[in-house]
This record gives sequence, structure tokens and C-alpha cells, in this order.
Amino acid sequence: MSNAQQTLSSIRWVGLRTILIREYGRIIRIWGQTLVPPAVTTTLYFVIFGSLVGRRIGEMGGFDYRAFIAPGLIMMAVITNSYGNVVSSFFGAKFGKHIEELLVSPLPSWVIILGYVGGGLMRGLMVGGVVTVVALIFAKLHVYHLGLIIAAVVLTSLVFSLAGLLNAIFAKNFDQVNWIPSFVLTPLTYFGGVFYSVSLLPGWAKQVSMANPILHMVNAFRYGFLGTSDVNVGVAFAIMIGCVAVLFAVAMVLLTRGTGIRD
Amino acid sequence: MQESCADWRGIMACGYNGRMHALSVQNLTKTYRNGVQALKGIDLAVEEGDFFAMLGPNGAGKTTLIGIVTSLVNKSGGAVSVLGYDIDRDLDRAKSLIGIVPQEINFNMFESPETIVVNQAGFYGVERSVARVRAEKYLKQLQLWDKRKGMARALSGGMKRRLMIARALMHEPRLLILDEPTAGVDIEIRRSMWDFLRQINQQGTTIILTTHYLEEAENLCRNIAIIDGGRIIESDRMSNLLRRLHTESFVLTLRNPLAFAPTLDGYPLKRIDDHTLEVEVSKEQNLNDIFARLSAQGVEVLSMRNKVNRLEEMFMRLVENRQA
Repeated sequence: MSNAQQTLSSIRWVGLRTILIREYGRIIRIWGQTLVPPAVTTTLYFVIFGSLVGRRIGEMGGFDYRAFIAPGLIMMAVITNSYGNVVSSFFGAKFGKHIEELLVSPLPSWVIILGYVGGGLMRGLMVGGVVTVVALIFAKLHVYHLGLIIAAVVLTSLVFSLAGLLNAIFAKNFDQVNWIPSFVLTPLTYFGGVFYSVSLLPGWAKQVSMANPILHMVNAFRYGFLGTSDVNVGVAFAIMIGCVAVLFAVAMVLLTRGTGIRD
Repeated sequence: MQESCADWRGIMACGYNGRMHALSVQNLTKTYRNGVQALKGIDLAVEEGDFFAMLGPNGAGKTTLIGIVTSLVNKSGGAVSVLGYDIDRDLDRAKSLIGIVPQEINFNMFESPETIVVNQAGFYGVERSVARVRAEKYLKQLQLWDKRKGMARALSGGMKRRLMIARALMHEPRLLILDEPTAGVDIEIRRSMWDFLRQINQQGTTIILTTHYLEEAENLCRNIAIIDGGRIIESDRMSNLLRRLHTESFVLTLRNPLAFAPTLDGYPLKRIDDHTLEVEVSKEQNLNDIFARLSAQGVEVLSMRNKVNRLEEMFMRLVENRQA
């Protein structure tokens, strides 16, 4: 069938699948950079914070410390890898100019966004799976509500994939690709209740922490495992859905306008 | 919605002979953010099936024009339609009909040639099973099949250029735009690329070519537009344009050495060295007359060539006239 006869919806569907296959191929091709480091880092966290330090801490929020930090560590890996996958893949394509392969194609902006965000989601979930396996070696994981676990991890991965895409659209060099992860993402993640319950914080610090969206994501995810949370889980999901909607809309506007990619 | 030649909206999209224009550009303007006016109202029509040359000095606006047609550059004003699809109304449909070979290498150097072309086909809606068959066809035709598995960065310059041609053909576009496809390619490969492009054109694909090798444009193209300073300064059939060249200079290689240039009335003759003469011939004169008169003076000519490519001479005159 020639392109003139083919419907645009079928072109878009095949195009989206192609971007997803390409992104999957990239994750697998560079598995030493994508899948192995999170496993090593998580093992170190469990050995140092879980076993060595954790033994002295005892319980956190009524649970064994290793079981308490496991959801946070999984979420931390999902956030970092979803963001990192899209920012490096999209910026790499911009830098190497092969983003033009997509820009000259008949694929609209929303398909390109879904393709890259789908790549971030794939990596987030794959790394989440790897880290979960590592966590199971060190901690006994309860499952309180599987549906909430899946919903929280998928939404969080989507939020940070979209955020990574925005970073890549604006970035003009490799420094700008690293700024946000180093100076925004890492501090927010560490202060996002991965290693501690915010109930331990003084009042003002607790209030400040509530403005951190990662705290809500980590707690919603932890609620799926342990059935306990420092935040209102409904509010946490509303924040995640709101972030996805806003970031997607912004990405659509920027990509359609050609910000950072078209003259 | 596609414009039709029978439809009032399609008037600009069709030629005088009722054939659809592969590319129709009206009053196209582009001003970059830094204030540079790259295009100052371009009007251009390329008929379907044509092999069309677009020439111009560096910075003339050729790549900007191609960038707008392929949506890599946002236009400031004017209208563009591709095979009847207006890029403001039906951009995706218009883009599905175009294949582009850009000036700069723009594929992922860390992917294999086969992956690059199969993925590109996918971006245009070609299923992977079909894309793999086409990849074999085009990579073989462009002598890249043996290199299909390695990383693209290991390819030579000429191979990279051929890979971009293969990639552009994967969705079998009706309009193929080549922006200096043979830059930096050796003469043997260039000639084989010419044969390949002729073949593609004969199969019905409209080709628009920009090049700095004017011999290439003269050899391949039937119609030509010369663009300079963001405007079209000439657009005509190649043969008409070359016919307007009033004089041509030829270089003659002689069998025996000459101490001084012979005198031929009506023909300015210059001695370059003891075995070489240069003669200027106008449209009204003929070469037989020159050979006969040289022969009568005992001067034997071994070979003859144009001093400058004819199109190059015409191009230089048009550009210089404009600058003057």
C-alpha cells in the first residue's frame, strides 16, 4: 500500500510502535548503563542503610526498616531512570540531529511524545522490576493493594518521563541535561520520604515536605505495599494525574511550536 | 484535503497542462529571529515527474526553502503545497509523500544501516515485514548490503550519503528532495548515484536536487531554478537556459607545438602554452569552420573540451548580473 492510500491513523500507529521498538532496543543495547547500575546502587543502599544502619534503627512507621525503605528505593530508581532515559534519548537525538528523522516524518507531536514517554515508562518499569528483585533478597515485601502499586509506579514514571522530555527540549548542551537531575531531582528524592517517615520531622519541615510531589508519589507507592502513608493517597494520585496532564500539554505546545528543535 | 486540478482551490497546485504540481510554492518568506531575511517571496512550481535543479550560491536560501517544505523550518509567510496537500492544512499527509536527503549527515551513528532504514520506514507507516524487504532492495541497489549490520559511524563518507538516499526511499515517496547528495563523494560513486537517481525518476518519482556540481545538474535535470539572495532569479527549462548562453570557450589540445597563436578572423584565439589554444565561439559560428581553417594552416587538433561547464558559465553570469 502506498503512503497516499494509507490512513493517517495507521501511519501513526506503526510510527508509534517503531519509536517504542527503537527505544526498547536502545535500553537493551546499552543494558550496562541502563539496567545494571540501579541493581548495584540498590544493593549498596540495602547493605548500608538496610542491614548495617537499619539494624540500629529498628522499626520505621511500624515496619521493619528494610521493608519500609524498599518501596522508596524502587520508586527512586523508577524516577531517576524514567527521567534519564527520555532526557538522554531525546537530547542525544537532538544533538546528533537524528531527531530530524521524526520531525520530517508524518508523525504528529503527540505520537512523538507518546513514543519517547513510552520509552521512559519501559525503562522505569524494567528498572523497577530489577530493583524489586534485589529488594526481595534483603526484605520481605508485603503487598497491600497491587492495583495501587501499579497505578503509582506507572503514573510516577509518566510524570518523570514527561519532565525529562521537557528538560531535553530546552537543553542546549550536556551540562543543561545534568542540571535538573543533580540540583532538583536528587534533593527532592532524598527529601521525599524514601529513607524516613515525615512524621519524624518537626512541624515546619513536615509542611515544607508536603510541597514536594515526590513525597506524595513515594507514599502512594508505599501505601500499596504496606497499607500506610504519611499523606492522603487520594491527593497523591490527584497530584500525579495533574502533573501528567500539565506536563503533556506543555510538551505538546513546545514540540508543535518547534521550541529547541526547529528554526 | 487534497486539492484537485478540477477544483478552484487546486489552481495553484496544478500546471498549465492540468498535471498536479509535485511542489507549489507561493510568495514564501522566511525571516529568522536574528533578523536575517532568508526568503523574500519565492514562487516556484515543480511538475510531477520532473527532475528539477535548484541552484544558488551558499546562503542563497535553498536549504531554508527545503527546510520549510519538510517542516524543519517554520515559514514566516506564503503557501506551500505538496502534490496538492497544503502544508498549513494537511501537513502530515504532505510529509508522508516526501523523501528528504539532507545536506548534513543526520542518522544515529550508533545504529546499524539496516536498523536506520527499517525504523525510518516505520515512521512513515511501513510495517516492519515490508520495510525489511525494501531495506534489502535499496541497500543492495546502493551497494550497502554488506555493511548493513555494523555501526553506521564506521561507514565512509560516500557510504553515509548513499545510506541517506536509501533511507529517504524506504517509504517510496512521490517527491524526493536531495540537498547536495554527492558532496564529497568520489567521481565513480557520484556517477553510479546519478544512474540510480535517473532510474528512480524514470519510475515516476519527482526529484528536486540542489548541488554545487553544476555538471551534475546539467546532466540530470530537465528544469532549473536559480535562487540568490532569497529570490528566484531564473526559472526555466535547462535547455532554454543553456541556449541563452551566447558564447562558449573551448580548449584545444594540439598534436605539434606552436610558437605563436594562429590568426582566425572572427574567432578570438589565445595561446595558453605550446600545445594548447583557447577559442571563443558564439552561437552564430560553428566548430567545423574553425577546424577547417586551423587545418589549412597546418594545425592539427588532437582533442577539445569546454573551458567551463556551460551551466556554470550561465550561473556565474546570472549571479554576477544580479550583484551588479
